[in-house]
Amino acid sequence: MSLIEVKNLTKEFPLGFLGRIKLKAVDNVSFELDESKLISVIGESGSGKTTIGKLILRLLKPTGGQIIFNGKDIKSFKPKDYYRNVQGIFQDPYSSFNPVYKIDRIFELVFDEFMPQLHRNQRQKEIEEILISVGMNPSQILGKYPHQLSGGQLQRILIARTLLLKPKVLIADEIISMLDASTRVDILGFLGELKQKGMSVIFITHDLSFGYYISDETIILYKGSIMEMGDTIKVFHNPMHPYTRMLLESVPSIEKKWDLEKFFVPEIVHKEISGCKFYERCSEATDECKRQVPQLVEIEENHRVACIKSDVSVRTEWKNFESSRKSDSVG
Amino acid sequence: MSDVVLKVKSLKVYYSTLHGNVKAVDDVDFEIVRKEVLGIAGESGCGKSTLGNALILLKPPMRYHGGEAIMDEKNLMTLPKKEMRKVRYRKISIIPQYAMDALNPTKKIREIMQDLLKEHGENLEKKLDIVDERLQIVNLPKAVLNMYPVELSGGMKQRVVMVISTLLNPDLLIADEITSALDVSSQKAVVQMLHRMKEERIVGSIAFVTHDLAVLYQIAQRIMIMYAGKVAEISPTEKIVNQPLHPYTKMLMASLPKMGVRYNEIKLKGISGYPPNLLNIGPGCRFMGRCPFAFELCTKDPPLFDIDGRKVACWIYRSEGDEI
Amino acid sequence: MTRKEFIYFILRNKKFVFSFCVLTFLAVLATFGPMLTPYDPLEFASFPYQPPNRDHWLGTNTFGQDLFTQLVYGLRSSLLVGLLGGGLATFIGLSIGFAAGYKGGWLDEFLMMLSNILMVLPTLALLIIIAAYLPYRGVAIQSVIIGFTAWPWTARAVRAQTMTLKTREFVDLARITGCNNLKIIWQEIMPNMMSYVFMVFILQFGGAILAATGLDFIGLGPTRGISLGIMMQQATLWSAIQLGMWWWAITPGAVITLIVASLYIMNTGLDEIFNPRLREL
Repeated sequence: MSLIEVKNLTKEFPLGFLGRIKLKAVDNVSFELDESKLISVIGESGSGKTTIGKLILRLLKPTGGQIIFNGKDIKSFKPKDYYRNVQGIFQDPYSSFNPVYKIDRIFELVFDEFMPQLHRNQRQKEIEEILISVGMNPSQILGKYPHQLSGGQLQRILIARTLLLKPKVLIADEIISMLDASTRVDILGFLGELKQKGMSVIFITHDLSFGYYISDETIILYKGSIMEMGDTIKVFHNPMHPYTRMLLESVPSIEKKWDLEKFFVPEIVHKEISGCKFYERCSEATDECKRQVPQLVEIEENHRVACIKSDVSVRTEWKNFESSRKSDSVG
Repeated sequence: MSDVVLKVKSLKVYYSTLHGNVKAVDDVDFEIVRKEVLGIAGESGCGKSTLGNALILLKPPMRYHGGEAIMDEKNLMTLPKKEMRKVRYRKISIIPQYAMDALNPTKKIREIMQDLLKEHGENLEKKLDIVDERLQIVNLPKAVLNMYPVELSGGMKQRVVMVISTLLNPDLLIADEITSALDVSSQKAVVQMLHRMKEERIVGSIAFVTHDLAVLYQIAQRIMIMYAGKVAEISPTEKIVNQPLHPYTKMLMASLPKMGVRYNEIKLKGISGYPPNLLNIGPGCRFMGRCPFAFELCTKDPPLFDIDGRKVACWIYRSEGDEI
Repeated sequence: MTRKEFIYFILRNKKFVFSFCVLTFLAVLATFGPMLTPYDPLEFASFPYQPPNRDHWLGTNTFGQDLFTQLVYGLRSSLLVGLLGGGLATFIGLSIGFAAGYKGGWLDEFLMMLSNILMVLPTLALLIIIAAYLPYRGVAIQSVIIGFTAWPWTARAVRAQTMTLKTREFVDLARITGCNNLKIIWQEIMPNMMSYVFMVFILQFGGAILAATGLDFIGLGPTRGISLGIMMQQATLWSAIQLGMWWWAITPGAVITLIVASLYIMNTGLDEIFNPRLREL
């Protein structure tokens, strides 16, 4: 049985006068998270990735669908029982700390809410042990205010907070996007360590390269829907959806250069169509794509794609691109 | 006419605070040559944005503490306000980091452009063809001219600012973190647009300021790595990526994710420790505290050593004859 | 901003220091003033119509009452109305603002409708009607009436601030730590607006004093006792100006002006202290 099961999850936000227009931030999303797995949810802004994280953390209520934890709907848990098992870390380390308090408070809150009987000295000891385990010197950290520390340090403290609670699931929402390059992989490494200790992690990111580096499985989101999902190696080395391929082609990397001459159109006026959401940006779209909503289809073991054109011809095309790119980076 | 567009020599720009000076740009030397894209990279707080902004407009709490930035034989840092006004946009221009907030919300795009041109003694009506062409480059319809900034999306506003900043064909354009807030697909588009502006000689040279080395790799010919207010290394892009000299550059490059490298098999390492506080900072190499190669000499400020035309501020690269 | 910096900025701010001194002096006068005078504010003390002299520092009025005694007792009740009425208005405004801003939805709409109604009603007319129907009026009742009518703009401003603070990630983090809403509002959101709350209270304090003076002046003040407003009302009723009794006509108004002006100066001073953009280095 999987630890978390997301079933047909939908979230709409009211827009416009009296909320008459609805924005579907998450549209019929289903996936499962097994124990001791790290899954990355990748998407651009507006893909609904953060909303999914908030829904799982019960910070938002779903419009439709269900989230199951340990076989039960998450609605049926008492808040404390749920948050003992499912925790989160957010994007902006500075905003995650209340500026008026010293950083110690983040630990005190956890003790107050989850382990109120623990004695003061015992608390102090645990905090220090946990800070050391994330590579920090407690005497340099405790008693400081958030603005006196760097983003990387604050994010480490939040990882330490998670360690204190030892949840089963961690939602890590863009936790490295505001950090400096030199500290990113180290913070990401902690997620890997947590996974090896048996925790399951949902790593929400817009950065494909870090998703590739750390995760076992990958979900590619576009406008609230899953375009492609499955084993990370399969999704990255054998991308079947045109959107995934477009993302992979445009992700900046020190291993390949963009073709700066080949111009492409980024922003298209949004129109509501009944078919594939990627239709208006897709270079391979046909009329059929406009009419038919593609379903997620398993094309190989643990690799699913929502594109009606995910056939053999596309696959060979990409293989050619990949091999040409390899020869580029060699030369 | 020399090939150097901008020559910066021992430039010092500090922030004054209640407790003293934050030495955000401290003794920085570099030059930008004609038709070049120079990448300026570094972590947050390394002074890269301060440097870019100080060249355009020194406003408090930023304070100039010495050195020079020579453009057309004039030191931009000491130029009287009135003269700097003439230089701005025409000689040197900037696409600011928060381009979205740079537009006056009470004016139409057309009026904003008109104001700028008027200040430089030109007229929008005569330049409409050129404006039209440039809007095409950044993939915007002509209709935006008659719109107010609020009617545009964030990405569109940024592209409008790109057009405005380059309206007078500046010799040097500073692009300050313009890709940082964008999605990958838009990042590529913006870089392509800048490239095209350079190809069509709308802008002369570009100083591309960003923390993202992978983006710089796509467009820059040379990259200057800054660390804690100082220059760490200046090298051609390929060299920075493949044969970095400075320990900081080396560790930085090693920490970037690559195809084929996955956590389960290979664990990447970041740089442990954090940059020093720049408030009233003393002498010595500023990377010393995080550097695995640090030795006695590092307590003194390293000069910029010249290695095969590359510049590196690290004592490891001193040669026998160097005076210490 | 550390505590040390905060004190530094406070002491450097002339507006704050000046108004703080004035208000402290008036508060001390209201507290200990009654001990300095042997008279009762409403009893005959000496000959009427006396200009200020050694026995009667501010002179006497038409009834031979000592005006200094009246002033210190009146100051007492005026400051009390400010404290109680302003405090109550701030408290109600905060509670409603927090509830509306944090909870949102129909509760927000209902509370904002309520505040809109109160805002468009002419407050003075409402006060007159309520006050006129009460058989007995004291400082406490006056404060309650003022407190219950002055909260709407505070509520609106607090609501707006709460709505922005609510989106900060530390609020989400407190929620996934299992904190309840009251704890989040009280310990996470409110401390971030303490400076604002303090400034609101100062404005409400001054507002309450002015409102009370208005009521007193039209004869709806405390049925027993004295206040600065009642002093003004009597001075007008008994033609102090026409009789050339400037000591009676001017003093209460001048003191009220002094209080309210000091409060406003203090407010702008605090604004400069709290707002880094207005703070000069």
